Amino acid sequence: MIRTPLRPLARILSARDKGENPDRIERDNIRARHDEIQGRARHRAEGRLLVLSVFFLAAFSAVGLRMGSISVSVPEEPRSGGAGDSILTQRADITDRNGNILATNIATYSLYAHPQQMIDPVAAAARLAEIFPDLDGEQLNRQFTGDRKFVWVRQKLSPEQRQTVHEIGEPGLLFGPREMRLYPNGALAAHVLGGASFGREGVHSAEVIGVAGVENVFDEMLRDPANNGAPLRLSLDMTVQAVAEEVLGGGMQLMNAKGAAGVLMDVHTGEIISLVSLPDFDPNERPRVLTEGDQSDSPLFNRAVQGVYELGSTYKLFALAQAMDAGLISENTMIDTQGPLKWGRFNIRDFHNYGPTLSTTDVLVKSSNIGTARIAQMIGADRQREFLTSLGLTVPSPVEILEASGSQPLLPSNWSELSTMTISYGHGISASPMHLAAAYASVVNGGTRVVPTLLLQDGVQNGPRVVSEEVSRISRDMLRQVVTRGTASFGDVEGYEVGGKTGSADKPRPQGGYYDDKVISTFASIFPASNPKYVLIVTLDEPSIEGLGEMRRTAGWTAVPVAAELTRRVAPLLGLRPQVETLPLTAVTLTSN
Amino acid sequence: MRSFMFLVTGLVVMGLAFWAYRENYRTQEVTREIRSLHLEIAEARGALSILNAEWAYLNRPDRLRELAELNFDSLGLLPLTGAHYVRVDQVAWPAPVTLLDQVEAPVETMGVLLDASAGGDSQ
Repeated sequence: MIRTPLRPLARILSARDKGENPDRIERDNIRARHDEIQGRARHRAEGRLLVLSVFFLAAFSAVGLRMGSISVSVPEEPRSGGAGDSILTQRADITDRNGNILATNIATYSLYAHPQQMIDPVAAAARLAEIFPDLDGEQLNRQFTGDRKFVWVRQKLSPEQRQTVHEIGEPGLLFGPREMRLYPNGALAAHVLGGASFGREGVHSAEVIGVAGVENVFDEMLRDPANNGAPLRLSLDMTVQAVAEEVLGGGMQLMNAKGAAGVLMDVHTGEIISLVSLPDFDPNERPRVLTEGDQSDSPLFNRAVQGVYELGSTYKLFALAQAMDAGLISENTMIDTQGPLKWGRFNIRDFHNYGPTLSTTDVLVKSSNIGTARIAQMIGADRQREFLTSLGLTVPSPVEILEASGSQPLLPSNWSELSTMTISYGHGISASPMHLAAAYASVVNGGTRVVPTLLLQDGVQNGPRVVSEEVSRISRDMLRQVVTRGTASFGDVEGYEVGGKTGSADKPRPQGGYYDDKVISTFASIFPASNPKYVLIVTLDEPSIEGLGEMRRTAGWTAVPVAAELTRRVAPLLGLRPQVETLPLTAVTLTSN
Repeated sequence: MRSFMFLVTGLVVMGLAFWAYRENYRTQEVTREIRSLHLEIAEARGALSILNAEWAYLNRPDRLRELAELNFDSLGLLPLTGAHYVRVDQVAWPAPVTLLDQVEAPVETMGVLLDASAGGDSQ
């Protein structure tokens, strides 16, 4: 770099010669030098500003371009995330208490058509009608050749059917994926499961919604993705349910009954181990609802829950337990059973004449209507109503089935003293076998209220007290005596100490009054009676059997043997080992000497 | 010195650019692989649910009951009743294992039996 001197000698000398101030030359030069330095600095600053502006321009345009591309592009799910695999099916499985599958899903296809894209619609319609005999070829032909752009052909296809449709080779026939609800066990527990059908349908998927039973009640839970496909575990035991259906089906045929219902319930947890209603149906092919006639004739009708019947003498236990709990009587109090008992224009009669008096225990063992009615008179209408309400016999059953909401028990409009007397032996009040099971469980389990449930429980229900523990023990003892020496003598099963109460009620005519030859026979049983674990209700609709040269319809001849066979088969499956019954020991008295 | 720094920086930038380029392609590769794995998992789950359904269908109580009845001669299965429960002391002890039970092939019979009988004699 060439430095220019601030005071060049030549110019100074010549300036001195001319008499000028040589300092001006120096200042001139200093200014010129400063100008030069400034110029360089500005140049550098401008360069830096340019670089910065280019940098900012690039940064902002990158952000702007990214924003633009995000705003115009189609949203896309992140692929690398780990979640999302587990949700495959839109509806969770249903399993029994041991994890056996009762309901699951399989992937299948639906068939739809775009007639505008069809090459030979007439032939396609004809071929489809050949493959699916249930389709109407004429109608398909009309739909395909008309000006429709979209036609649903079938909701579900099996893989074989799909292949045959492929083989038609028609580009206008298209498949959409479908998830189908499958009940692999067929008719097993059909009334509990209910069934499912398609809700809103699209080409790519369709909603599967529950139409009845637990499928309907737990519909939201089963479809909730937050549960991550966790199965719904019911309290049912598949093996026990299968045996119960087999035995009840056989019993129904043998007893010429038109229907049968069975409820097996854990007395402490309220879990329903088995719920049977016959005739049943296949939930995979759920039949249509009857449009005419009596709904109770449809296989869809759940006799165990919807069947609100007069359950007859099984109610006697409640009157006796209540009276004993209130301290009105003890199990040995002698009750007046002299008949007939006249009340207004009504006569209350017994099946046989049991003489002038019976002990409370014998009123139940021999099933005396008159004796029970007299006890009910002591109790009175209000207290009776209160007690039956505390057992849940006056409100719809809370069990988790859609149909249960329609099981409102039929109560007398005017709960008079006469009603009190008839209700005490189970007439003039109707309830479902499910109600009866819960009420029996509440009385015999030690006296606390039990609410029936279809969900697996992890402990006993500590409900409010209904009767005292002592009364519960006496009730169990009396029920045991009904089997050992009373009306339910066919009900004994060796090793399982069955206790129970029979009930036979005439069926009401739709036009009023009662049929003479149609009964509902019920056996409400508990086992083992000394420390009950299960309560079993068996109800037969219109049974009749020839016994000892007579037509028998009472529960002792019909429902009881069926229930006994059921207990014999089911109790070992429930893990109960038979107990050798020991006779009470002869009392040893301490005497002196 | 400065030019050396420039050179190094330039090389580092090029190196980083190359690294970023490779990482980008590797990421895309892995993403594709994950996508195919997800598909595979979904297919496996679908197959599993079908197999579960089939298992449940083949094990349905009606079918098992029919099979048990059809094969009664060979299996002799009866419905479980209370009579099938016994006390532990009613269960027979397993039969004592004799030497003859251990002999499997006829060839090895000779020596073993001879040895055994010799041992037995000596006691």
